[in-house]
Amino acid sequence: MALLEVNHLGIVFGGLHAVDKFSLKIEKGQLYGLIGPNGAGKTTIFNMLTGVYKPNEGEIILDGMNITGMHPEKISKAGIARTFQNIRLFNDMTVLDNVKVGLHNQVRYSTLSGILRLPSYHEKENIMRGKAMSLLKIFGLEDEAYQKASNLPYGKQRKLEIARALATNPKLLLLDEPAAGMNPNETAELAETIHFVRNQFGVAILLIEHDMSFVMELCEKIVVVDYGSIIAQGDAQTVRNDPRVIAAYLGGE
Amino acid sequence: MNLKNISRTTRQNLVTYAIVIVAFAVIQVMSAAGMLSNSLTGQLIPICSYIIMAVSLNLTVGVLGELSLGHAGFMSVGAFSSAFFSVAVGDALPTWLTMILALLIGTAVAGVFGILIGIPVLRLQGDYLAIVTLAFGEIIKNLLNAFYIGIDGSGLHISMKDANALNMDESGRVIIKGAQGITGVNRMSTFTIGFVLVLITLVIVLNLIHSRTGRAIMSIRDNRIAAESVGINVTKYKMIAFTISAALAGMAGALYAHSLATVVAKKFDYNTSILILVFVVVGGMGNIRGSVIAAAILTVLPELLRSFSDYRMLVYAIVLILMMLFKQSPQIRSFCASVWERLRFGRLQAFFDRKKAQNTKKGA
Repeated sequence: MALLEVNHLGIVFGGLHAVDKFSLKIEKGQLYGLIGPNGAGKTTIFNMLTGVYKPNEGEIILDGMNITGMHPEKISKAGIARTFQNIRLFNDMTVLDNVKVGLHNQVRYSTLSGILRLPSYHEKENIMRGKAMSLLKIFGLEDEAYQKASNLPYGKQRKLEIARALATNPKLLLLDEPAAGMNPNETAELAETIHFVRNQFGVAILLIEHDMSFVMELCEKIVVVDYGSIIAQGDAQTVRNDPRVIAAYLGGE
Repeated sequence: MNLKNISRTTRQNLVTYAIVIVAFAVIQVMSAAGMLSNSLTGQLIPICSYIIMAVSLNLTVGVLGELSLGHAGFMSVGAFSSAFFSVAVGDALPTWLTMILALLIGTAVAGVFGILIGIPVLRLQGDYLAIVTLAFGEIIKNLLNAFYIGIDGSGLHISMKDANALNMDESGRVIIKGAQGITGVNRMSTFTIGFVLVLITLVIVLNLIHSRTGRAIMSIRDNRIAAESVGINVTKYKMIAFTISAALAGMAGALYAHSLATVVAKKFDYNTSILILVFVVVGGMGNIRGSVIAAAILTVLPELLRSFSDYRMLVYAIVLILMMLFKQSPQIRSFCASVWERLRFGRLQAFFDRKKAQNTKKGA
């Protein structure tokens, strides 16, 4: 059984079918690319998968559980984590605290033991700090752990977002343009990190990206959308040679 | 690296506690030496309750990031419920027990109001929340102005007309007398009680901020959508912050009420809410130590400025503006930082620099 199964997903914004009959199957641990021209509906699909928008039709099944139209918080608990196209960090908090917020549902203690500093507070905070620091290490952020998140350079902010998303222990990780604003070196490094994360955590990854060489090299399967509908699906080779994809990207009849 | 930084937040908190404790000790010594004026002595308990108010409002405004304009409403609820209790009990219980119970009742009742107000209000955001909390404060004030509540052998009597409408038997006592409020309150509050309550408030709020719950609350402030995406229950943590904030305001109200002989609703009006908000803004959003200091200074200031008589409020306003400028302006901040730097390490360096500059001047 596939980890994520999306069937005929659709959403309408005031008469406009932003996404129409979108279907997708992602296996455990798969690296999946979602590409398409600007305004094709890629981020809208992400927003439906994570509960920010409620789809008008279709269903989303994660690991056998129907999560269609559930609240974002519940979907996070079900096992989908995401990053955002326009970075959304907790800017006034430290880098470490950003990841600790991601660990919120993984390591728990009550509000009261937090206020009274009971033994469980110290024990759980230590576990949290250890987990958060090891995540930061993967992304090379351990030296910035006590800086304010907003003081990080752009590329590191993107990495921190991925670290925070991973902290929620997801089954599926959605990355919205993870390489945006990075130079070729940083992009290559990011591709390595994503590979490492997949192998280390066994998490399936669905990513939106405009850097074609990045997607083609990294992703095992790719789905192309245009005007809200799927126009091609398959491995990099198939997609690259598909006449409709070429038409969508380069123009044509 | 790890340990050093952990102790940095702890150290920050310890400094805050130390400031409060030292201030308390100094004032105790001064008052024992008879160096405090009468008016200042009278201000000590209000200062404590305003500090608690400012710290608790900072939890809503600075940490949760929601503007509340009705904080005095919760103070009022705490003040009336606790004063009602202590007047109704009279001297049936030992004073210390009555005081503790009154404080607990004030805290609890305000906390319950916090939950009741929070359920509908926290679904709103920004301006709407501010308007509804403002309305809540006014409604509470007007309701308490209109209520007559008395007690007799057969129990509680409530009326909104006047004391006669309560229809009590001879043993009856009117406790809340409409616009006259509650009279004959036992003035049990002391500066020491206020000091202990300030410390309790600080422990609760500072520990809360640096815990899992506090981080969840701050994440909602920083980015609600991202907070939801990592599985934070936004409504729940907003409620926790708002309720704790309201309960602490109730405690401050109970403390304040028992420093007065008469508790009237108009003490806790819109102006009080704004005054507390001024403390929070001047002290810095989310800066607990700032709230403590701002509340203390700005409560004492009008008293100290008494010699300016007519110009008192003018000077007060100017001080407020200057404090805001000092906090906001990057030039002034960097100037202060450089002065501070020079005072600490750069004294010698600065001396040589000046000398060098003089020499070059001479050379030219």
